[in-house]
Amino acid sequence: MRRVSRKETTATMTDQPQIVVDKVSHVYRPPNGRPVLALEDISLDIRPREFLALLGPSGCGKSTLLYLIGGFIPIETGTISVGGKAVTKPGPDRGIVFQHFALFPWKTVRDNVLYGLEKTGLPRAEREKTARHFINLVGLTGFEDSYPSQLSGGMKQRTALARTLAIDPDILLMDEPFGALDAQTRHLMQMELLNIWQSRPKTVIFVTHDVQEAVYLADRIAVMSARPGRIKTIVDNNLDRKDPNLFKSQAFAERVDDIWNLVREEAMKMQGARTS
Amino acid sequence: MTAAIRYLPLLLIAVAWETASQLQLVSTLALPPLSDVAVAWWDLLKSGELVTNGIASLWRAGAGLFLSIIIGASVGIAMAWWRPAQIVMGPLVEAMYPMPKSALIPVTVIWLGFGDGSKILLILLGCMLPIAVGAYNGARGSDQALVWTARSMGASRLRMLWDVVVPSATPELLNGIRTALALSFILLVSSELIVARSGLGYLIGSLGSNGSYDAMYAVVLTVAFIGFAADRLFQIFQNRMLRWQQ
Repeated sequence: MRRVSRKETTATMTDQPQIVVDKVSHVYRPPNGRPVLALEDISLDIRPREFLALLGPSGCGKSTLLYLIGGFIPIETGTISVGGKAVTKPGPDRGIVFQHFALFPWKTVRDNVLYGLEKTGLPRAEREKTARHFINLVGLTGFEDSYPSQLSGGMKQRTALARTLAIDPDILLMDEPFGALDAQTRHLMQMELLNIWQSRPKTVIFVTHDVQEAVYLADRIAVMSARPGRIKTIVDNNLDRKDPNLFKSQAFAERVDDIWNLVREEAMKMQGARTS
Repeated sequence: MTAAIRYLPLLLIAVAWETASQLQLVSTLALPPLSDVAVAWWDLLKSGELVTNGIASLWRAGAGLFLSIIIGASVGIAMAWWRPAQIVMGPLVEAMYPMPKSALIPVTVIWLGFGDGSKILLILLGCMLPIAVGAYNGARGSDQALVWTARSMGASRLRMLWDVVVPSATPELLNGIRTALALSFILLVSSELIVARSGLGYLIGSLGSNGSYDAMYAVVLTVAFIGFAADRLFQIFQNRMLRWQQ
């Protein structure tokens, strides 16, 4: 019942979780400072093709959780498995998009998108065709030969998105991907991401501290507590995202309000933790 | 046109030089007229002395610089990305850095004799350090997110070094090489002045001790010009390589 809004995509979905996070804790050790417990006893199941938002105040460890799932930092306590296999290192099944784009500044838009494809073993013509397709999908046709330094923030993030989508990962890890963009660009990118995801659903884990963004995009919203980060609650979000007026609806406003109430308390704790 | 205006001060100095020595304002022994220097330069060129010694010098500088780029860049990147290399090489680089490399001239001669080998080794030892330091700083500064991006797209650790760390290090590495380029000329000419039987430095020394000061000035100016031209060419290369930064 809770997935009403996505009936057409649920046909291929199973209830078997694709990603299992089991009792994961993580201690962050700054180079010169005392260790901090960043994540404590996180357990989370993520189903295939669902859009999950990890929502929490800055510094609650939500990005750390994403990096652990990505295999970028070693898992010390607990286990994470993807498709039944334990995560030990990064892989092309888990594409990542970073807040600050992480484009190779010495490569053009085309070469950035081609980078991941070079490792796929596809013939050259095929790679060029795929790159063209995804550059077109994100609306950057005509900018293939531009370097990142010549692009706006929105265009940089489109390039990064095209680069990650081009290698067709099962899972998309997004680390506050629109956090560095201005408000209008951010909203356009959210709509575009939703469009792309609805036409070719993937499992998405989307880290954000923006409640509206989470409510607008996600199937489920995992609200995280202030440090040490724990999963405070998981909210099923069954709003109809195909509705163009969703933003203005009463239901949307209420959902944002409910979740904001959950997050506010944690955000205030973080503020307190910083000033004390 | 703008270039002509830019180098106008050089022209003014040349004119002042010529006038000063023609009017005997300075001793022509200490500063022969520039026109005499030009004639002496032409004679040196015709006799072939300038070319043979020039080639000898360029070969030494080129070989030494080439080796120092290969070794220096590898050492710098290894230090940035492999802890054991940092532990072993770090203090060595630190201790060697402030040392005047010309102090090694007699040492390299004892090791490798009067020929090309000792000059190449000296340039290698001297130029390696700024290059290694540039590569190290550049490689250390490579963005974690770029490293992770490459890894998540299937690059092995070694491949990632080549795909991400080396290009990230390039701007600082090129600055290090530019410093090394200037240093290579200093080391080359000073070692040739002291112990050599060929090369532009040797030519300066032998002409100077023969009292052919106009010819000596001609070679000094030639060395200055080669150094200047090499730096200019390198800057053009550097700008091409770093097109993406604009």
